[in-house]
Amino acid sequence: MNLPTTLCRLAGSRQVHCRSRNVSTILSRLMRVQSPSAWSFLIAAVVTLNVLTAANAADKETAAADAKTEKEMKPYKQTITGTDVTFEMLPIPGGTYTMGSPEDEADRYKDESPQREVKIEPFWMGKCEVTWDEYDIWSFSLDQKIRKIRGVDPTERDKKADAVTRPTPPYTDMTFSMGHDGFPAICMTQLAAKTYCKWLSEKTGHYYRLPTEAEWEYACRAGTTTAFSFGDDPEKIGDYAWYGDNSDDQYQKVGKKKPNPWGLHDMHGNVNEWVLDQYQETYPAPDKSVQGPLLGPLVVATELYPRVVRGGSWEDDPADARSATRRGSEEDWKYQDPQIPQSVWYHTDALFVGFRVVRPLRVPNDKERAELKLDAKKVVNQR
Amino acid sequence: MSEKSNESSTRRDFLKASSVVAAGAGVLGNLSFASQAFAAGDDTIRVGLIGAGGRGRGAASQALSTEGNIKLVAIADAFSDRLEDGLTHINGQMQKNKTPERVDIAEENKFVGFDAYQKVLDSDVDVVILATPPGFRPIHFEAAVNADKHVFMEKPVATDAPGVRKVLAAAQAAKQKNLAVGVGLQRHHQKPYLELVDRVHNGAIGDIVAMRVYWNGGGVWDPRRTREECSGEMEYQMRNWYYYTWLCGDHIVEQHIHNLDVGNWLMKANPATGEGYPVSASGMGGRQVRTDKKYGEIFDHHAVEYVYDNGTRMYSQCRHMPGCPGNVTEHAHGTKGVVHLGGRDYSIEGENNTKFKGKYRDPYQVEHDQLFAAIRSGTPYSEAERGAYSTLTAIIGRLATYSGKEIKWNQALNSEISLMPETYAWDAAPPTLPNEHGEYQIAHPGLTKVV
Repeated sequence: MNLPTTLCRLAGSRQVHCRSRNVSTILSRLMRVQSPSAWSFLIAAVVTLNVLTAANAADKETAAADAKTEKEMKPYKQTITGTDVTFEMLPIPGGTYTMGSPEDEADRYKDESPQREVKIEPFWMGKCEVTWDEYDIWSFSLDQKIRKIRGVDPTERDKKADAVTRPTPPYTDMTFSMGHDGFPAICMTQLAAKTYCKWLSEKTGHYYRLPTEAEWEYACRAGTTTAFSFGDDPEKIGDYAWYGDNSDDQYQKVGKKKPNPWGLHDMHGNVNEWVLDQYQETYPAPDKSVQGPLLGPLVVATELYPRVVRGGSWEDDPADARSATRRGSEEDWKYQDPQIPQSVWYHTDALFVGFRVVRPLRVPNDKERAELKLDAKKVVNQR
Repeated sequence: MSEKSNESSTRRDFLKASSVVAAGAGVLGNLSFASQAFAAGDDTIRVGLIGAGGRGRGAASQALSTEGNIKLVAIADAFSDRLEDGLTHINGQMQKNKTPERVDIAEENKFVGFDAYQKVLDSDVDVVILATPPGFRPIHFEAAVNADKHVFMEKPVATDAPGVRKVLAAAQAAKQKNLAVGVGLQRHHQKPYLELVDRVHNGAIGDIVAMRVYWNGGGVWDPRRTREECSGEMEYQMRNWYYYTWLCGDHIVEQHIHNLDVGNWLMKANPATGEGYPVSASGMGGRQVRTDKKYGEIFDHHAVEYVYDNGTRMYSQCRHMPGCPGNVTEHAHGTKGVVHLGGRDYSIEGENNTKFKGKYRDPYQVEHDQLFAAIRSGTPYSEAERGAYSTLTAIIGRLATYSGKEIKWNQALNSEISLMPETYAWDAAPPTLPNEHGEYQIAHPGLTKVV
C-alpha cells in the first residue's frame, strides 16, 4: 500500500490540491481546511495514516524476520502481539571459535577448561536482556487482560500462546524495588525462562529459545579472543558493564552501556543470563550427551542443579563477568521462599539472574527439540 | 562449582555463606540442652502441626531444622488431601536435610476436619505450629495455651477485634504458664532490620516525623477450586480462603501486616503495655482490577494514613495489581535523615549515612532457632502481644477502607463485630454468602458498618 497515493486519493474528493509525495506536507495542507466535514475527513486521514504506518512497519518487521538464509538475516524488531511492547533481535553469523579461556588469562577459573573448538550455526540474539515489560506480559497474563479490556477476540496464535502455562503469582515483589520499566527481569528459574520462550514462540510465530552455553559465549566474544569483548583490561569495564563498583548495588536499565562488537548490550554484567546447559566442573570430552556440531557442545541438562548462567552481574567483580566466566545455579537461590513446596517459577534470592532469547535460523525438528531438551516441558503449576 | 579465587568479595557469596551457617550448628552452642525434659522423657521436643498448607509445611520444616532432638509427631488439616500432600512435602524436605527420622507421625496422629486442631493438642506434643488461615488463629491459640503447649503461630493472628482480644488474653495466660510463643513476623529476626531499627532508636535519623510503608505486588494464588469441585459454600470458601475476609483478613491484614508492624517497631510501640500504637486510621480502597466474582469479597488495593499519639503519620499502601510496579519496603523520615528498609536497600540517608552490607541468615530459620532455643532453656519468650497489636493495626486499616471513615484504635479494639461463623461444619453457613449469581456483597465505603 502506498501511503501518499492513498492520502492524495482520499484528499482529492475534498478539493485539497496537493501534488506532494510527502505525507506531512499533505497533512499540513489538510490542516488548513476549515469546514467541519473536512475536519472529520482529517481525523479519518490521521487514523488511516496510523493504521497504514503500523501496517508498513509490520510488513518490514515480517520481512526482516522471515530470512531463509544466513545472508538474508537482518536486525529486526519483534512486537509482542496485542501489546505495544517490542524487543530487538540481532543476526549472529555462523562460525567457529575457541570456547573457554586460555591458561594464562588473568583471574580465570578452572571450570573454563579445557578450551575447545566449537562450530556455531547462525541465529538471532536479543540485543538486550529480556525486560520486565516483556516478561510480565506472560507471567501476569497481561495480554489476556488487554484483550478483555479492549473486547478483542484472540487470534489463532493467541489461543496457542494461552495454552502455555503461566507462573503462579510471586508471593512478594520480585523487582525488589530496583525498578521495572526497562529493567531486566530477574529471579526466574530456568524453567520459567524456558516456558517464557515457549510462550513467545507461540505468540509471535517465530521459534525462540534460550541460547546454549556455546552460543552464548560465541555471541559474547563477538569474534574476540580477549578476556572481555572489549579487550583484556578490566579497568575499562565501566564503559561496557554494570558491575559491583558502578551499579549502585542494583540492576540497571538494559542497553545503557556500550555494546560488544556485534551490537549486543550487557553481555558483561547487569544480570547473569540463563543458558540451556547442565553445569559441569570442566568442559566434558565429547560423548553422546554432548552435541556437536549441530548446536555446539550442548550438555543436555538432566539434574535441576547446577545449570549454567553466564556473563556476570551488577554485584560482581570484573573477573566474574569475563566472556568465559561460568556459574552454576544453586538450590540456595530460593532459600527465602517461605512456603513448601517452593515455587518452580521463582528464585527468590537470585536477584542477579535474568536471561536473553535467541532464535536459530534453522528451526530444529521435534526430535531434536525433545532430545536436546531445547524447550520447557509441560509443567503442573505449583503454588 | 569451581574454585573461585576472589570468592569472598561478592554479595551472592554472603548469601551462600550465610545459608550454610543456617543449616549447621553455631548460634545455639552455649545453651544447656540436658536441662529440660519434654513429653518424650528426654530432650526430644515433640511438635504438632496444625494447618498443613504451604506455609505450615515451611514452618514445620524450619522447626525440624533447629538444634537438638526434635520430631514432628502429629498433624492436622481441614482437608485430608492437603494433609497428605503436606506430609509428603515435609518428608521430602527432611530427606533432603538427611534427617528423615524427624518426621515420625503414626497413622492415628493424623487428624482431619474443623476439630482436628484439638486432637493434636490432646496428643503428646510439646509445641504446636499454628498455620491455618488466620481467622482460626485465636481459637487455636487459646486452645493451645489451655493445653499448656508452646506455640509458633503464623501472622496475622486474627481477622477481627474479638479475635485480637482473645489472642491478647491467651498471651497473658501463656506468660503465666511460662509457655514460649513465637509469631511469624520474621523481620524481627532479620539482621539488617535489627541493626537499622536499633540505630533509629538511638537517634540516627532524629525524631521520626513520617513513615511510608508498602506491600505492592501482583497478588497471590488464584482460587484453587471452583464451586462445582466443592461440597458446598463452606468448603468453597475454605479452599479459596485468601478471598474471604473472615478467613484471611483481606490482603492488608494477611501480607501488609509485615510493613505496618515495622512502622510500629520504628515508633517504639510497646506490646507489653499496648502503648505507642496508632491512635487512628483513615483511608480508601476498593476492587479495581480483581473484580471477578471468583475473587470473593476482598479489595485489591488499600491506601491508609495512620496517626500516632505524637502526631506522626504512617502512610501505607498495599496493592494486588499485576503489571504495576512492585514495592515491599518501609521508610521512616526523621529530623536528621531517612531510613530505608526492605527490597535491596537497607540504609540510612542523612547526617548518619550508613548502608547495611553484612551477611544475614534466613530470617524464617532464625525465628525458629531462637524460639526453640528458648523452649529448651526455659527462657521467657513472648511475641504474641506484638503479633496481636500489629494484627490490629492492619485490621483498623481495613476497617477504615471498608467504611471510608476514620477509625479510632480503641473503638476498633473494643468492637464487638465478629466475622467468624457461629458453627464450624461443612454444612454450616459461612458468615458471608453469595447471591444467586455467585457474587458477594463487597464492602461499600460510606455504607458499610465495621465497628
